[in-house]
Amino acid sequence: MFEELINNQDSWLNGKGPESEIVFSSRIRLARNIDTLPFPSRASDIQKDSILKRIKEEYSNVRMLKKSNFVDMEELSELDSQLLLERHLVSQEHILAGKGKGVILAQDERISIMINEEDHLRMQAIASGFDLKKCWQILDSIDNDFSKKISFSFLPDLGYLTSCPTNLGTGMRASCMMHLPALILTKRINKILELLARISFTTRGLFGEGTQALGDFFQISNQVSLGLSEDELIDNLIGVVNQVKDQEMDARDILLKRYKPSLEDSVGRALGILKNCRLINSKEALSHLSILSLGLDLGIIKNADLSSTGQGKELINSLFIMIQPAHLQKIESKSLKEKERDYIRAEILRNKLKV
Amino acid sequence: MLCDVCHKNIATVHLTEIINEKVVEMHVCQTCAQSKASELNEQLNISDFLGGLAAMGEFKAQKQLPKCSACGFDYGDFKKKGRLGCGRCYVTFRQQLLPFLKRIHGLIKHTGKAPFQIDREMSVQVKLKELRKRLERAIQLEEYEEAARLRDEIKKLEKK
Repeated sequence: MFEELINNQDSWLNGKGPESEIVFSSRIRLARNIDTLPFPSRASDIQKDSILKRIKEEYSNVRMLKKSNFVDMEELSELDSQLLLERHLVSQEHILAGKGKGVILAQDERISIMINEEDHLRMQAIASGFDLKKCWQILDSIDNDFSKKISFSFLPDLGYLTSCPTNLGTGMRASCMMHLPALILTKRINKILELLARISFTTRGLFGEGTQALGDFFQISNQVSLGLSEDELIDNLIGVVNQVKDQEMDARDILLKRYKPSLEDSVGRALGILKNCRLINSKEALSHLSILSLGLDLGIIKNADLSSTGQGKELINSLFIMIQPAHLQKIESKSLKEKERDYIRAEILRNKLKV
Repeated sequence: MLCDVCHKNIATVHLTEIINEKVVEMHVCQTCAQSKASELNEQLNISDFLGGLAAMGEFKAQKQLPKCSACGFDYGDFKKKGRLGCGRCYVTFRQQLLPFLKRIHGLIKHTGKAPFQIDREMSVQVKLKELRKRLERAIQLEEYEEAARLRDEIKKLEKK
């Protein structure tokens, strides 16, 4: 199954969805807990195992999960769990050792359900591009099917009860992964992040909680989960993402109009480095890929400059993931030290960008 | 309270640091907190942060709180970890949690979806209330036929 993941080009990672130039992907997750059982952080190993078993028995009745894979986290190698993390299918917390952890993957990685993470169930749906409503449709249906069989912890005024009170109510966190290189280049990003925080939206890096904004990617999500309905929360996020998108477009316009030579220079250098490097770490590679992606969006380079099949954007999007440490090691099917990874990474980049 | 660092802005972030084995409390504004955070070069841990929020102000006076009857969790643990033990904890520690929830979410009234069973129960309750009101009105207006019909309907719903 893990070999299939690597070669899966049809997942949400292809970056083909609506308005995917700036909004790379959309994601919603719901937190749910089974009534009368303690949350995972307080449950005994036996309780956690029985929760895992219970979900394993029930999930085949969920229509959206008809064709899916159930993975017991304890049975995974460190490399395979890292791979799931790099593909955004599990969280950092979920790959730490612990009893009773599992994940259900379905529909070409668009659905992933973590069992016994911070809550008993963390169900996520991802879509490529700007498509939060689709994510919600999927999750709403999964949640409905589960709740026919499982009674979830709920109070009428507080909504769904969650381990951390920040997820209370809808248990919903909706987010969009945005690619904002022009806002960074024009140094406007900090103002935007500040503004977002003031209106209760959270921004995070590429891999969620506590991570850096690698490759100029930012995840913007709702902070409030109680007091508004799911549709309202989604509509609010859509509004905010549209605003940020407009700002990024504006910044791209300025770059093109006023700083075209330096922009062309940056894009050219990025391409030069990626095509000729022999050792490159993932942080540097991500930052060059980001500039390349911007150059492609703005017509500074053409698809044909990157790929002989003319699929430049898809290629860059796949490289964003492929050059991550666990992916490299999976491609090479052996464990690699840091310097070896830098070497292989450079080799893959050179080969893929050869026209 | 003004910021301890710049003495200009209002302090909104409250930090506790251990310097030379002494606990030092700092009250700083957002700008100074940011520069401080990057200075420390460490991520703000959400659990610690929440735990800290819970420990603020109104809870200081209440020392002896009951433990959760379902999972044995005590409120002191929440102050430390920022997470609760089980669903029942929200009932047990309701009074302590409410001001804190208000700070995070603003409004404490769930308006999103509910599980089927509860959704049905809730709508039954709403319907019953409405029917009882109509029954009262019918009796006042001496519309006994209507009142009898409403009474039967209420009985039927209550049985469910």
